[in-house]
Amino acid sequence: MDAPLVERIGSSLGVEVGVSHGMPVVQIAPGQLLDAVRVLREQFGFDMLLDVTAVDWLGQEPRFEVVWHFFSAGTQARVRVKVRVPESEPVVASLTSLYGSAAFMERECHEMYGVRFAGNADLRPILLYEGFVGHPLRKDYPKEREQPLIPYRDA
Amino acid sequence: MDKPIPNPVRSALQPSSEDDSRVIVNIGPSHPATHGTVQIITELDGEKVLRADVHCGYLHRGFEKECEAHTWHNLIPYVDRLNYCSALINDFAYCGAVEQMMGIEVTPRTRMLRTLLSEYSRIADHVTCVAAGLMELGAMTAFLYLMTLRDYIYEHLADVTGARVTYSYGRIGGLARDLPEGWLKRLEEILDEYETYIGRIHGLVDRNRIFIDRMRHVGVLTPAQAINYGVTGPMLRSTGLARDIRKDTPYLAYADLDFEVPTGILGDNYDRYVVRMREMDESVHMIRQCVDLLPAGPINVDDPRVSFPDKGLVYNEIESLINHFKLVIDGPRVPAGETYYSQEGANGELGFYIVSTGEGMPYRVHCRAPSFIHMGVTHVMLEGGQLADVVPTFGSVNMIGGECDR
Repeated sequence: MDAPLVERIGSSLGVEVGVSHGMPVVQIAPGQLLDAVRVLREQFGFDMLLDVTAVDWLGQEPRFEVVWHFFSAGTQARVRVKVRVPESEPVVASLTSLYGSAAFMERECHEMYGVRFAGNADLRPILLYEGFVGHPLRKDYPKEREQPLIPYRDA
Repeated sequence: MDKPIPNPVRSALQPSSEDDSRVIVNIGPSHPATHGTVQIITELDGEKVLRADVHCGYLHRGFEKECEAHTWHNLIPYVDRLNYCSALINDFAYCGAVEQMMGIEVTPRTRMLRTLLSEYSRIADHVTCVAAGLMELGAMTAFLYLMTLRDYIYEHLADVTGARVTYSYGRIGGLARDLPEGWLKRLEEILDEYETYIGRIHGLVDRNRIFIDRMRHVGVLTPAQAINYGVTGPMLRSTGLARDIRKDTPYLAYADLDFEVPTGILGDNYDRYVVRMREMDESVHMIRQCVDLLPAGPINVDDPRVSFPDKGLVYNEIESLINHFKLVIDGPRVPAGETYYSQEGANGELGFYIVSTGEGMPYRVHCRAPSFIHMGVTHVMLEGGQLADVVPTFGSVNMIGGECDR
């Protein structure tokens, strides 16, 4: 683990940077996201957005944790960025202005968790179909619920 | 049920102008020329693709939701069904993620066997991609040669895992079983067959006028675009960037192996074909080294948190019986925390982001599926090309529905 990298990220962003299984973890406030990612991209060379997902901590406040993974094709360093957003206003900034790969992954995260990505113009369903009600990866969405497009036949 | 049936096509592209020469053409979701269930909606001017909109999700089956209701062990069969062309790599990547959370180091024999089987699966996956791509261009002979080869591999993998396609062979802390008698001898025979068959493919298509005309300068991706869209694996390497997790941050036994990372020069369909063919050669080279280096010894770690006790002890000893029972019913307890662990899958970086709260079931399993992310860049490769090029370009992306749609 590259200890100076963790320290340098921490001092540049002005936040505490943790390390989880060898990967720097940056926890920031929703409002700082775009600026922080811009710093990561321009100063630390994190030019690839690998993954966007979320975790639903039902019962905690703020409820949702949105998680990004970045990779630097130059130095092969990785970093994880996490933002907590409340259920009442699950909005974070979209990274589509910085990374092309954000478009598809934000669409998936949006339909699965109901987290809105402000600035992503195309948040149509991607894995689900149009007209699907609810956000299936939320912990309060029952696994057994069915929304068939075509009614089942009586057997 | 009187709810109207939503139409997924309806929300697709609207014509960008009133111009009569523009026409919207819908390809798929079930189209004989696309392997995989995917819908591509294109706006055409004549036969030129102006805009393309790729819809996936037709194979979505709630993998991530289902994982949250199964123990860490029991969801391995679901993991298999992500990329069903190289299911073993999925198994090992998932197990690797859980092992990282639990601080388990697999035995030397398992490490080498996983490496060997990953590379073997990579051959099967690349063979499938190249074969399907060639078939779509009309090269039926090449397709049948490659399918013959793939079937040798599938039958051979069935000898060790018990199944042809979805193996459920990985275990947290080891493997389901050791190699059967004579497996490595047959492996050597198949690798010899590989050289014969792949030699025929090289002879049939490498310098074939039709093939080059259809593949060269078609579906071009620049390195900057590839980085911007998060492209990994053979698609990234075809643009000329030698990024490979096996080389950059070696896992399993890759640090002990000698291999090269082949790259392309133009990032077009032809380069993706060449990169895949060369990667298979490298995989064969690695498999031969793995066979030479394969150490003897146990395949499962001696760790009661994850490994099932010996069957004889389960029948005769109460502690082992309880241990077995707890592992099956409650599942192994993974310490609370989170990790992102990735391996070089056949299509690119296959990552698992898993969150545990210390229970026997995961709180969250997220798969970073390379196919899905590559679907986000496909429209860039299609736009500006010809309608007929949609098929080979889409084929060279090697979208695997199970992995893309999860």
